[in-house]
Amino acid sequence: MAHQTIHLTLKVWRQPRADAPGRFEVYDAKAIDVDMSFLEMLDVVNEGLIKENKEPIAFDHDCREGICGMCGAVINGIPHGPLKSTTVCQLHMRHFKSGDTITIEPWRAGAFPVVKDLVVDRSAFDRIISKGGYISVKTGSAPEANAIPIPKKDADLAMDAAACIGCGACVAACPNASAMLFVGAKVSQFALLPQGQVERKTRVKNMVARMDSEGFGNCSNELECEAACPKDISVSNIARMNREF
Amino acid sequence: MTKLDAKIPSGPMKDKWTKRRFEGKLVNPANKRKYTVIVVGTGLAGGAAAASLSELGYKVKSFCIQDSPRRAHSIAAQGGINAAKNYPNDGDSVHRLFYDTVKGGDFRAREANVHRLAEISNSIIDQCVAQGVPFAREYGGNLDNRSFGGAQVSRTFYARGQTGQQLLLGAYSALMKEVGRGNVEMHARTEMLDLVVVDGKAKGIITRNLITGDIETHVADAVILATGGYGNVFYLSTNAKACNATAAWRAHKKGAYFANPCFTQIHPTCIPVHGDYQSKLTLMSESLRNDGRIWVPQKESESRRPTDIPEEERDYYLERRYPAFGNLVPRDIASRAAKERCDSGFGVGNTGLAVFLDFAESIERLGKSAIEARYGNLFQMYERIVGDNPYETPMMIYPAIHYTMGGLWVDYDLMSTIPGLYVLGEANFSDHGANRLGASALMQGLADGYFVIPSTISEYLAGETPGAVSENNDAFKQAKEQVNTKINKLMNIKGERTVDDFHRELGLLVWDKCGMGRNEAGLKEALEKIPQIRKEFWENVNVLGDEDNVNQSLEKAGRVADFLEFAEVMVTDALDRNESCGGHFREEHQTENGEALRNDDDYCYVAAWEYAGDDKAPILNKEPLEFEEVKLATRNYK
Repeated sequence: MAHQTIHLTLKVWRQPRADAPGRFEVYDAKAIDVDMSFLEMLDVVNEGLIKENKEPIAFDHDCREGICGMCGAVINGIPHGPLKSTTVCQLHMRHFKSGDTITIEPWRAGAFPVVKDLVVDRSAFDRIISKGGYISVKTGSAPEANAIPIPKKDADLAMDAAACIGCGACVAACPNASAMLFVGAKVSQFALLPQGQVERKTRVKNMVARMDSEGFGNCSNELECEAACPKDISVSNIARMNREF
Repeated sequence: MTKLDAKIPSGPMKDKWTKRRFEGKLVNPANKRKYTVIVVGTGLAGGAAAASLSELGYKVKSFCIQDSPRRAHSIAAQGGINAAKNYPNDGDSVHRLFYDTVKGGDFRAREANVHRLAEISNSIIDQCVAQGVPFAREYGGNLDNRSFGGAQVSRTFYARGQTGQQLLLGAYSALMKEVGRGNVEMHARTEMLDLVVVDGKAKGIITRNLITGDIETHVADAVILATGGYGNVFYLSTNAKACNATAAWRAHKKGAYFANPCFTQIHPTCIPVHGDYQSKLTLMSESLRNDGRIWVPQKESESRRPTDIPEEERDYYLERRYPAFGNLVPRDIASRAAKERCDSGFGVGNTGLAVFLDFAESIERLGKSAIEARYGNLFQMYERIVGDNPYETPMMIYPAIHYTMGGLWVDYDLMSTIPGLYVLGEANFSDHGANRLGASALMQGLADGYFVIPSTISEYLAGETPGAVSENNDAFKQAKEQVNTKINKLMNIKGERTVDDFHRELGLLVWDKCGMGRNEAGLKEALEKIPQIRKEFWENVNVLGDEDNVNQSLEKAGRVADFLEFAEVMVTDALDRNESCGGHFREEHQTENGEALRNDDDYCYVAAWEYAGDDKAPILNKEPLEFEEVKLATRNYK
C-alpha cells in the first residue's frame, strides 16, 4: 500500500550556543510520510541537512514513547504541539496537512536557558527535587509492604500526580513560567500517602523556596499548564500544594 | 583460557547469600567516607546503587548521559516487577520464583545469583512502598498483583502501565536526597568514554561533557557500570535512542570479559515496523497478554477485516500449541511462534509481519471500563502511533529486540574480570540466562543496586588504600589522549554518509542474520560483512559541527563505532554456541515441533569473551554452569 505523504515548511529556532544569538531558519520537509512521528520527521530533515553539509538541528529526545520526558518543543505556539495529552515524540504527522508551515521553538523560560537550538537546560527541576521531593527512607529500613494499607482512592490520586514526566511543558506554557504544576504534583503525591506524612510540612516549604530561587514565576490561575501537560496532571495539585504550604 | 572464579559461596543454596554477607570484609562507618565510588548510569541499578552507597557513607560520583538522572531508560518499563510475596495465596515462594527464573532462562543462568535475586525480591517491594511508589492497590488497601509470562502464579506488582517510571522515580528521589545532602556529586549530560585501569585495577573513568565537549578525568576507588544493554546494536529496538554499549564495550577493551553476547531477547508484543524512516520500535506491555488473545487467520493472505473473520476461522496459535500457559508462554516462545505463523504466510497487516492481539472477548466479559483501567495508557499509546482504536479492532503486533541477557561477566559479588570494576543491572549477564521472564528486569536492577552491591563492594574496598591514585597517573593521561584521538579522527573523516545510515545498515544485517533465527551460513556471512561496514564507516562517515559544543552526531558516531566492533563478538558467540536455548535459536537445532533444542553436554557454560586486540578474534573463556537445585530439563509450557 502506498504511504500518504505531505509537504511542509518548517521554521526552526537555530541557536549555535547558549551565549550566541539565535534566529529562525526555514527548511522544506518534503515527502513526509503521515505515519511518521514528529521527531522522525525531524530525523529525516536532519539527514537531509547533513547530506548538504549543514549541521543538523539539535533536539533532546530519548525513549520516543512519551515517558522519559526528555523531548519537548513549542510547535506552532503550543508546547508539545496541537494534540492534547501527547508528547512531541508521540505526535504523528497525520495531524498536519500538506502545505502547512510549522514553527518549532525551544521551551521559553528564564529558568530553562537554551543550550543549543531546541535543547534547554532543565536542571532547575532536579535541584527542586533535591530539596524535598523524596521520602527519607534509607535502603533496608522499610517495613513490610502491606503493613500500612492505603485506600485505593488515595493510591490512585497519588499515582495521578506521580505520572508527571518532568518535561517542563507546564513551565513553557505558563505566561509566568511558573513551575507550580511540577512542584505541586510531587508535593501532592507524598501528601496523599501515609509514608509522606513525617516530612510533609518541611517538604513543601523547602521545595517552594527552591522553586522561587530558581526564577520560576508565580501561579495566576491561567491553567495553561494543565492544558499543555502531556500526562494530564491536574491543577488541583497546585491547590493541594497551596493548602499544604 | 583463564579460569573464571565466580566466587559462589559454598553450602546449601538457601544459605549462600547469608553466608556471603557474614564472611565478606566490611569497611567501618568512619572509614567509608574516605572512599569514592563512581557509578555510571542512573537507571534502576545505577540510581539505586548510587543512593544506597551514599547512605552508607561512601562518597559517590554519579554519571548519566541524559539531562537528568530521572530519564534513564528503566523509566519506559511498563508492566511490573516480580516478588515472591505470595499475597494472592496462590502457592508462590522464594523457591518458586527462583525455579521459574532458572527454567525461564533455559538453564543458562547462574543458579546462586538467581536464588539471591528471589530472596531479595520481597525487600525491594517493601523499600519501594516506603519511598512512596504508588503501586496499584485493592479496595482493602493492600497491594494488587497480576500475572506475567512463564509463571502460573500472580506475583507481579505494578503501577498502571508505568511501573518502570514509578520505580525509577523512587530510585531517583533517593538519589536526589543524597545529592541534596551533598554526598553524591551528580554529573548529568556526561558520557563515559573510557575506563582507567591502574596496576590492573579500575581506578576511574574518562568522560565527555556533552554540553561543552570537555574531556574530563574522574578518579575513584571503585567503578560501577550500570549502563544498560546493547539492544540498539540492531538499530531498531524498543530501547531509547541513546541506549548504547559504549561504556561496557570500552571496559571490555580494558580487560572486562563479555559474557553470552548472543543472548538477546525478542519481545513478542511490539508495534510492527511501518516504514524505512522508522527510528525505534514501541513495546506493548506483556501484561496485555493477561487479557488479550493472540491469533492469525486460518486462511493464508486473508483480506477480510479482523472483526469480520468468524471465530472458527481464527487460529489462536499459542492456546493451540501451549494449552497450559496459553497466551502467557515466555517471551522467546511467543516470539518464535509469531515468526513461524508469519513465515508460513499467515501474517497480517500491510507487510504480513504482524499478528493480532485481540481484546474483544475480555471487553465483553469484563466491560470496557475494566480493560481501560488496566491498560488505558497502553491503548492510548497504540492509537496515537498506529491511528487505530484497539477497543474496536485488534492490535497488530510483531516481535522486536527488547532486552539483552548477555553483558559483562561478573562474579557472585558482581565484580567483573577487572578488580574494582562492578557491573549491575542489564549491563551484566548473570541472572536471566538465555531468556528473561517478564517483570524480572526491574527486580534485578533494583536488587543489584539496593541490596547486592552495598553488601559486596566492601570486600574489595577494605583491601584498597583510599585515594591511592591521582589523576596525574600516566594511565589517566594515556586514556584521555586516546579518547581525544578517537574524537579527532571521527570529526575529520568528513565523508559522504551519515552516522544513522551506517547504524541502520548494521542493524538490518544483525537482525537478519543474528535476530530471531540464526544459522551457520548467515552468521558467517555477517562476520564477513561487519568488518566491511566498519571499514567504510571509518573512511566515509560525516560528522559535522564542533567538538567543543553540543554535538549529537559526534555522540552517536562514537556509539555506532563501538556497536560496529561489538556486533562481531555477538555474532561470533552466536556461531560458537551450536545449540538453541532461550532467545538464541539456531535453526539447525530444533525439535520436530520447532522448539529450541538445547545441548547440555557441550554448551552448559557461560561464554566469556576476552578482548585480544583490534582486528583479532576474541578469546573464549568458559564458566561451567552447575545445577544443584533445579534439575536440567527440557522446558515444557504445554
